[in-house]
Amino acid sequence: MTEAPAGTRTVVVEREIPHPPEKIWRALTEPHLIEEWLMKSDFKPAVGHRFNFRAERADWKMVLDCEVLAIEPSRKLTYTWNFAGNDPAHRLESVVTWTLTPTSRGTHLRMEQSGFRSDQRQAYGGARAGWPQYLEKLEQVLARVD
Amino acid sequence: MPNVHDALFRTLADPTRRAIFERLCRKGEQTVAVLTAQAGVSQPAVSKHLGVLKRAGLVRDRHEGRQTHYSAQLGALTPLIDWTSQMAGFWQKRFDDLEDLLNRMDQ
Repeated sequence: MTEAPAGTRTVVVEREIPHPPEKIWRALTEPHLIEEWLMKSDFKPAVGHRFNFRAERADWKMVLDCEVLAIEPSRKLTYTWNFAGNDPAHRLESVVTWTLTPTSRGTHLRMEQSGFRSDQRQAYGGARAGWPQYLEKLEQVLARVD
Repeated sequence: MPNVHDALFRTLADPTRRAIFERLCRKGEQTVAVLTAQAGVSQPAVSKHLGVLKRAGLVRDRHEGRQTHYSAQLGALTPLIDWTSQMAGFWQKRFDDLEDLLNRMDQ
């Protein structure tokens, strides 16, 4: 995080999980297991392997372009998590890093996602052209709250 | 950040208030009179809604003669549209599903 370029933002989610790192590693790296908690993918645990995460529902589809950047079995996994939507405002270029640390009760699992979405620039610029998108997103957020 | 979200959600949860805010976003600065003509509620009610929006930082007022002009402050929405907030929610749910899966998996 210390070397994050200006404008980059980071999400960190971490949790103590009562299962050993080796078991969690399987869930993070075996496609039939990945699909059960994240998305369909053609992931392979090989640095440089390019793959997709795919989510499809009746009215909604998302495809992420990814590449494995680093692997340390049962300890660390890093891949890119890029979304190239038709709308430039929805494009996201990011890197997801999973870190597994054994603890007395199981594993401390940490997910860090660092990246940049183009609409952040617009948000701070206050571009008037971007306003309708704000409202659209706001409505989506509010719909979930109700 | 959750407190900021709560305040924004509470402020925008009211449909009339949200409609006023959206109109200001689309049309730019408007007077209370113009907003009242389109809101379908009384001027005191519109003024009250504008007061709530102002306290949440969502609108700014400007006095000119006897008229008060209101404009939307889009910067106040930044916490809601920040992709990191959206992704944090996404990953929390994924962690839940991952734990469910781990509980079902054989060692």
